[in-house]
Amino acid sequence: MSKVIMTVDDSASVRQMVCFTLRNAGYTVLEASDGNDALAKLNGATVHMVLTDLNMPNLDGIGLIRALRAKTEFKFIPIVLLTTESQVEKKQEGKAAGATGWIVKPFNPEQLLAVIKKVLG
Amino acid sequence: MTDIHQQAFQEEARELLCELEAALLELENTPDDQELIGRVFRAMHTIKGSGAMFGFEDIASFTHNVETVYDLVRNGKMPVTKELIDLTLSACDQIRKMVEAFDTETVTSDENTEKIVAAFSGLLQDAKAQVSKEKKPDPPEPAVTDDLPSGKEKSLTCRIRFRPHHDIFSYGTNPVLLLKELRDLGVCHVVAHTDAIPELAVIDPESCYTYWDIILTTKQSINAVRDVFIFAEDNCELKIDVIDEGAVVDEDLDYKKVGEILIERGDLSGEDVSKLLGTQKRIGELLVDSGLIDPGKVESALAEQKHVREIRQKKQAAEAAASIRVPAEKLDGLVNMVGELVTLQSRLSQIAGKMADMRLIQIAEDVERLTAELRDNTMSIRMLPIGTLFSKFQRLVRDLSRDLGKEIVLTTEGEETELDKTVIEKLNDPLVHLIRNSIDHGIELPDLREAAGKTKQGHIHLTAEHSGANVFLKIRDDGAGLNIEAIRVKAVEKGLIPPDAVLPEKELFSLIFHPGFSTAQTVTGVSGRGVGMDVVRKSIDALQGSIEIESIRGQGSTVTLKLPLTLAIIDGLLVKIDEQFFVMPLSIIEECVELNREDVAKAHGKKIAEIRGEIVPYIHLRGHFMMGGNTPLIEQIVTARIDGLRIGFVVDQVVGEYQTVIKTLGRAYRNVEEVSGATILGDGQVALILDLPRLMQKAVTVERTVQH
Repeated sequence: MSKVIMTVDDSASVRQMVCFTLRNAGYTVLEASDGNDALAKLNGATVHMVLTDLNMPNLDGIGLIRALRAKTEFKFIPIVLLTTESQVEKKQEGKAAGATGWIVKPFNPEQLLAVIKKVLG
Repeated sequence: MTDIHQQAFQEEARELLCELEAALLELENTPDDQELIGRVFRAMHTIKGSGAMFGFEDIASFTHNVETVYDLVRNGKMPVTKELIDLTLSACDQIRKMVEAFDTETVTSDENTEKIVAAFSGLLQDAKAQVSKEKKPDPPEPAVTDDLPSGKEKSLTCRIRFRPHHDIFSYGTNPVLLLKELRDLGVCHVVAHTDAIPELAVIDPESCYTYWDIILTTKQSINAVRDVFIFAEDNCELKIDVIDEGAVVDEDLDYKKVGEILIERGDLSGEDVSKLLGTQKRIGELLVDSGLIDPGKVESALAEQKHVREIRQKKQAAEAAASIRVPAEKLDGLVNMVGELVTLQSRLSQIAGKMADMRLIQIAEDVERLTAELRDNTMSIRMLPIGTLFSKFQRLVRDLSRDLGKEIVLTTEGEETELDKTVIEKLNDPLVHLIRNSIDHGIELPDLREAAGKTKQGHIHLTAEHSGANVFLKIRDDGAGLNIEAIRVKAVEKGLIPPDAVLPEKELFSLIFHPGFSTAQTVTGVSGRGVGMDVVRKSIDALQGSIEIESIRGQGSTVTLKLPLTLAIIDGLLVKIDEQFFVMPLSIIEECVELNREDVAKAHGKKIAEIRGEIVPYIHLRGHFMMGGNTPLIEQIVTARIDGLRIGFVVDQVVGEYQTVIKTLGRAYRNVEEVSGATILGDGQVALILDLPRLMQKAVTVERTVQH
């Protein structure tokens, strides 16, 4: 059974690129457009990893991580944050909220897959 | 990046820009609406982030400025003014232009971009002036997966102590995956320490108590090893020490003792170990027995010891397997094929030049460059260090000097100098001759040496060095040197030189290469072993090389051999006589000058010409080869230096330099002396390769017979 990864991003083009890359690599991908959308879609679903953007309307990446870590089923799953290089303190904040790692934008498909392999195995 | 992603981004950017415009217009009416400001910031942020990912770098960098300003606005550090809204709207238009321009590949006016960027920077400056506490631009982060490969063949071994914090699981980090990643980097030994795991009753199943010692040997850099822990470094204690480095094979297979390793790791103090070492048991057992240390730690140290030993063993094995053995005939076949290719390539160049088609010429030039590279590579495969030859001579010197009751040491230098395999093989005999000569006739008996104020022990020094396309081999001895008078007397006796001839030293010395000019009689009076220097000279000539002697009476002599790097392909000078082409080895050629009828007339039938104030004898090749046709008004003299003598060869025309693939002549022509081989020209014609030294000798002999 292939691993399920959820990508959360308000940018449709980033989601498309992430989906395209991950599906080609054999993962199953769920999409969500912001933190709230993600939480709604994750309710009861089995997900092995979450890939979330930082800046999003409604509920941002940090808020999503906090909400996920509070749930038993998502307490230990890898959560990777997508950040831009200008957000070092956000990265620290994300880490404090329980993020496993981060990917600096812009990234290419190979870098994305390398990080996923690193945290998901 | 595929086009569909870029198209998706363009779509999205258009939508975002519409939304942005709407938000901006609304913001103009309600400047304090945080929600609206957030929308503007996010839109800019998305355009920037996604733009950079799909190759719209210009948009990304442009939008970055706008985003920075709105970040300040969002944090209340800058007010929303009409000016700002106007500026942002024009920035929107600019971004839209850039998005559309990507399709048509037209360049957007940089002027406009710069104007807007400057305006935003101006706003930023103002804001900075207002807000004293300024946010510094963050330094760019290195990309996570930036595993820069270090020096290719270098491998390093490091010791890693990885002790995750108890709460590491709650960050979604799986230590096992990190260990797995380390394993992917190279050869890895992992020892898990379980001594920190508490009693079952107090275990928190969501905590991590285990920690690991890892010994890793990798070809990656130390940074790549650190990068494995990049996400986890805040959640663990991490200690990475490089314990073994470099590509050099460590002679010492034995690694440190267990005690040393433990002390180095800080697990144990030096006194503890030395206290225990008085006893007979193995240190590991002793340490555990004494309760000083946990068994896991010892096990880990033992693993390190074993690991490093294994790695060193492997390195030695790898060193041995770094080269492969190939039958020599395969290499010869390869060289032949490269030779054919060079010939074919010159044909291509010739035809390309004639057709004057730029495209074809370009291809021909590329092929030429590639062929030259291929040729050099192929030649270098056949190269062997001359050291293999040198080492044989140690035995020769030892045996021979003992037989003769002399004390002689042989020293060598430049053993790593590489020469074509066939050249090395053919060098053996002449070198043996020369060294025998040095031992036999050069170096004196010990008591004679002492009497002459020299050390009892004679010294022969062999050197090899590269110089351009040649290798110089020198055999130097500190013996008696050549007896110049004896040589002169002998030469006159043999009729080689007239009694009143005044010759430079070098030319006198080169007389000893004449057949029958036995060194044994002339130089020392000791009966020789029939070592004829003429044989040496013949072998060196056959190798397209030259030989020179320098000697100082009483101090010793030096024989210098100049050899080409390879025999299969040489740089030649292509010349023409009548309709026939010839090739001369470029290595001995000095210059080409014109010879006109007047010069010939002035010489009164003597075949000499004045070149740069020097009288140079020449051989008229057309006459010498008895070729027909008409002699052109202006001929060319190609001068060469052979045995220290300058001699000219007259041809009709000098065509130019030519990469010459040497083909040996068939059996039937084995007795042809003045030609050393042949080559095939670009247009398929055959050109003979002239053996200039032989030509000169023959001409001299003919001259002499005519005189007598």
